[in-house]
Amino acid sequence: MKEITICLAGNPNSGKTTVFNNLTGARQKVGNWPGVTVEKKEGEFEYNGVRIRVVDLPGTYSLTAYSIDERIARDFLIKENPDVVVPIVDASNLERNLYLVTELLELGANVVIDLNMMDMVGSKGWEMDVSGLSQVLGVPVVPTVANKKQGMELLKETILEAAKKRSTPLKIDYGKDIEDAISGLVRIISQYRGSANVLSSRWLAIKLLEKDPQIEGLILSLTDEHKILDKATEVAKRLEGLLGEDLETYLIERRYGFLSGLTKEFVKKKAALEERLTISDRVDKIVLNRWLGIPIFLFFMWLTFKLVFTVGGPFADYIDSFFGWLGETAKNLLGENWFSSLLSDGIIAGVGSVLVFLPNIMILFLAIGFLEDCGYMARAAFVMDRFMHALGLHGKSFIPMVLGFGCNIPGIMAARTLETRKDRILTILINPFMSCSARLPIYVLFAGAFFPKHAGFVIFSMYVLGIIVAIATGRLFKSLFFRGEVAPLIMELPPYRMPTIRGTLIHMWERSSVFLKKAGTIILGGVVLVWLLSSIPPGVEYASKESLIGRLGSFLAPLFKPAGFGFWQAAVALIFGILAKEVVVGTLGTLYGVEEKGLGSVLAKYFTPISAFSFMVMSLLYIPCIASIGVIKAETNSWKWTSLAVGWSLIVGWTMAVLFYQFGRIFA
Amino acid sequence: MGLLITLKKGERAKIKKVSGNSTLRQRLLKMGLVPGELIEVERVAPLGDPIDVLIKDYHLSLRKEEARCIEIE
Repeated sequence: MKEITICLAGNPNSGKTTVFNNLTGARQKVGNWPGVTVEKKEGEFEYNGVRIRVVDLPGTYSLTAYSIDERIARDFLIKENPDVVVPIVDASNLERNLYLVTELLELGANVVIDLNMMDMVGSKGWEMDVSGLSQVLGVPVVPTVANKKQGMELLKETILEAAKKRSTPLKIDYGKDIEDAISGLVRIISQYRGSANVLSSRWLAIKLLEKDPQIEGLILSLTDEHKILDKATEVAKRLEGLLGEDLETYLIERRYGFLSGLTKEFVKKKAALEERLTISDRVDKIVLNRWLGIPIFLFFMWLTFKLVFTVGGPFADYIDSFFGWLGETAKNLLGENWFSSLLSDGIIAGVGSVLVFLPNIMILFLAIGFLEDCGYMARAAFVMDRFMHALGLHGKSFIPMVLGFGCNIPGIMAARTLETRKDRILTILINPFMSCSARLPIYVLFAGAFFPKHAGFVIFSMYVLGIIVAIATGRLFKSLFFRGEVAPLIMELPPYRMPTIRGTLIHMWERSSVFLKKAGTIILGGVVLVWLLSSIPPGVEYASKESLIGRLGSFLAPLFKPAGFGFWQAAVALIFGILAKEVVVGTLGTLYGVEEKGLGSVLAKYFTPISAFSFMVMSLLYIPCIASIGVIKAETNSWKWTSLAVGWSLIVGWTMAVLFYQFGRIFA
Repeated sequence: MGLLITLKKGERAKIKKVSGNSTLRQRLLKMGLVPGELIEVERVAPLGDPIDVLIKDYHLSLRKEEARCIEIE
């Protein structure tokens, strides 16, 4: 069967994902673009006997070399040279959406424009001359309403037609001086170019005038001589002197000048700017209101939190008890031996500890997918940005932080909503310091046993300490690893839209399956590793002092002496705590041979109130649980950031525990 | 003549020039904040920053830091 490759490009909020879902249906693959954390989606469909592979490029406003998303999109277009490029254009926001199209045309891509959201055009009272647009732009334009699946057949047909023959797209006229410079450069470039390269020489010339570093590198790879670059620099300098501003700015202005003329000619807008109070604007009058904005935001946060943990919680409990029962049953059937232990304490427990997160994660992705798709997420960032910006973060970081109080796994995964790499990585790295609900049992045990009168206050102080460490870590990492990276807030507030159920569900499933595949393997591996450490050498009692983990505990114990808990049981409990923080309590119970009820009084023999407090501090801060580590790896796609998260939290945890213990002793 | 930041809620003006470092300036320009374009301050966030402006056919939020780079007529 004949096969062609097309790709979808477009601004964020142009309905690109909906078009992608309509075209490919359920046949989608989600992965990452090579080397980066940006999601890559691919799918395919058949039409008239041709198999069409569809690549969904990241949503971008333009194609420069300066942001990851834009570079990915551009690299794909340059290197893979897809048969057809389909920019999805929001017709109700035509001018700005067409800017990307001008760049695609300039690049020499074979373009078919999907003029989406045509229903909005009607409801705004605009009239649009689609065939006129198509004529001037020199490429096919297909009007669609993707969320109602209108126009999809025509789009497929047009794409297939376009793949057969290229149209001659328009060239924007940049004025005589610049056009002369461009043709001069085009002449020199064509002398050096091999036949293999399909890029338009005109585009290369324009990019050289814009001093695009990536294209300068590309030119140098074609020829060692600096002749072309020198010439471009010289010409650019002369032109800039002539124009009185830098060329890049001037070229952008010219493109918009062209688009502004184009829309004036082919779009009849009935109402003037101030009279177009849409439904969306009316909603924003309330949602972004000075007094109501924050309460409404907090309500949505509370609702998300409630849904994720209250609705997801019971399901998680069912899964937990099911795997507990399965493990018990396996042991009963097979008897007590190393194999039954591997099966129940290792593999079954491991699979269980992956799946136990699934209900919460699916609901989380359902909730944030809905908030994103309906347009509220940008509003949430708008409302909270000032506060979060003061902490060195982005408005959208607030949601991951709040979710972290429930569980760091969804918290870390929610960082996907952030656009820049810097914000995403920082939000992920500080999330484990948000005290998750799994740590609460540890606080309850120790605070109840050692600070019975002030238990509430002591527990609250843990949450505050976590927040302080998170903020300090964020500031430190920002100045260490992202110094000088300006992250301005230039964020579109898209009109509110009702998300499609199908789109939201597809989105939820894609993201959840990434968790299962990528984080799942690491979690399972970690659980089995700890089982192994607890079970060798052969014949030892599980996790006893003689087992490898017990010996490791004894070996590490002296390290914890300055923090006040230098005994092997504490060390082993902390190692088990890496599996899941709440396991610390159970492990202490097992090691001291008591039930959870009597544990408090036994602990009093080993801990003082001060060392109990420092142990709580340690439990709060040290190494994220194995599931968090797995998710950090999956989301950052980097062992470097993952080891930093682990190493840094261990150092901070130990240091703070020691500090609290030592100062506590002085003052007590 | 002045800066976008001096506009009050509901006020409109024509963009005269976009300054600032080249990355920021180009991002703003590419979002359609080109000289000659009408821009309206739609609202200010509850905490006083960022602001929501109406440009071309859409809403854009900017921090005051960024809005300081936009000169108006």
